[in-house]
Amino acid sequence: MSGMSATQAAGLALEGVSAGYGAGIVLEDVDLAIPPGTLVGVIGPNGSGKSTLLKSILGLAPLTTGTVLLDGRPVSEQRDRLAYVPQREAVDWSFPVSAEQVVMMGRYPRVGWLRIPGSSDAAAVRDALERVAMADLGSSQIGALSGGQQQRVFLARALVQEASVLLLDEPMTGVDQTTEQLIIGLLKELRDGGTTILHATHDLESAAEISDQLCFVNRRVVAYGPPAETFTPSILHATFGGELLIVQAGDHSHVHGGGHHGPSAQ
Amino acid sequence: MSWLTDPLGYDFVLRALAEVVVMGATCGAIGAYVIVRRLAFIGDAISHAVFPGIVLAYLAGLSIFGGALVAGLITAFGIAVVARGGRIREDAAIGIFFAAAFALGIVLISTRQTFQGDLTGFLIGNLQGVSAGDIAISAAVGLAIIVVLAAVHKELVLVSFDRTLASALGYPVFALDALLLVILTVTIVVSIQAVGIILVLAMLVTPAATARLLVDRFVPMMALGSFLGAAVGTAGYYLSFHLGTASGGTIVLLATAVFLVTFVASPTHGLLGHRLRRHPQHAGTSPTVDPPTGHQHG
Repeated sequence: MSGMSATQAAGLALEGVSAGYGAGIVLEDVDLAIPPGTLVGVIGPNGSGKSTLLKSILGLAPLTTGTVLLDGRPVSEQRDRLAYVPQREAVDWSFPVSAEQVVMMGRYPRVGWLRIPGSSDAAAVRDALERVAMADLGSSQIGALSGGQQQRVFLARALVQEASVLLLDEPMTGVDQTTEQLIIGLLKELRDGGTTILHATHDLESAAEISDQLCFVNRRVVAYGPPAETFTPSILHATFGGELLIVQAGDHSHVHGGGHHGPSAQ
Repeated sequence: MSWLTDPLGYDFVLRALAEVVVMGATCGAIGAYVIVRRLAFIGDAISHAVFPGIVLAYLAGLSIFGGALVAGLITAFGIAVVARGGRIREDAAIGIFFAAAFALGIVLISTRQTFQGDLTGFLIGNLQGVSAGDIAISAAVGLAIIVVLAAVHKELVLVSFDRTLASALGYPVFALDALLLVILTVTIVVSIQAVGIILVLAMLVTPAATARLLVDRFVPMMALGSFLGAAVGTAGYYLSFHLGTASGGTIVLLATAVFLVTFVASPTHGLLGHRLRRHPQHAGTSPTVDPPTGHQHG
């Protein structure tokens, strides 16, 4: 493989990416190179462009400049290699579908137009539901599930895509402890299997604990590196400014990035 | 049973029943999308905007169906394009287009006193005047709609449920939306003969909304909506025949009555059901009644 430039290396690469909607640019000049099998925590205040960063990789936020490459080729040519777990608020929970039908949607690109899913797709769905401990609730209408269960269903949908890159927008928001532990376990498992994972989060401590790399975002990438090197007061301040909230409680300090303070788990 | 069989001795009754079954079944099926995509207002807009197309086609001596279809499609896409720009919200865009189109129809009709009587049929429906040709067109269109809905079923459901995933996966989201609007417009145009411009919305919304109160899956919702549409169409027509009332209005009132009864009494989503489910320890778990699921893709 000699002769390849750095940008053609395996993994996900953002080169000079600026993105935004309409006239306002939300994200400026992002350069990142993330090797396969890396778990990246994306942190930053509300409106800092965390979601936009994920969406620019997915091709959902229009890029004004730059390119996003996966294994050296534009992601736009290989979208089925990306999986996405949306923010909970973005989902219509009253929609008449069951958990297993939602998971099956992740298989649609493989199934193809004018075809119905086959037994291997059904098996993949069952397997994914088992991995998120939701096998018993597969036939439930999604609105009837708890917040944590709903999040697991969407994680299962990402699993059946068997994607190379997994993007999660606030996956721990509104979920119970059990689900949070389960999600963290699965993310690590997928990471060990070679999946590149980016998860946007407000929980800085948890992000620092579970992530291989932290990506601090505020309109641009303020810092990118292992938690031990980047989870520092100066970088936190540069990212959050006055929005940072540090609560001293005995020996433990809890750090929250703007927005969702306090428990929102159900 | 003579009240049931006697009317069948008349050819016009048979034709009306055939038309109303086809119309009710088609509207009930597409109605599932109208409900989950919240297209009721846009459906109302399209049905009203069809009016000037009908009047102009009538004036020019052209096909009424053709005029209605063209006007409906222009409105549907006008709304989609204006709303897509983002500067005007969709509901405002709909309000502007549909009132303007309907106003144009009224102004056109007011210029000639002579055809007011004929065109009233399009406003409130005219089942008695259905011809065999009308039924053939409705049946062919209904069948075509079912075939298209089945062919792109999983893609339409995906884009309806999760646009973000659909576009992330590279599906042609705008084209699928456009297809849905075209199907909706065609359904409205062929239904106007039966229930009229003003009432067609009820056939798109009411049976499907009733079905949603009874089932928690999309395909069962379409099938049940379709059945309910055909059933209230048939029963409503019989009622209007015996009571001597306007058929379109009677059908819609019957559909509404069925909805209200279901709204109160549905075992899973009705008011009474909610009362009963308050008490048990299972609060928050899934509704107990699941439709029979023989295959993955309901």
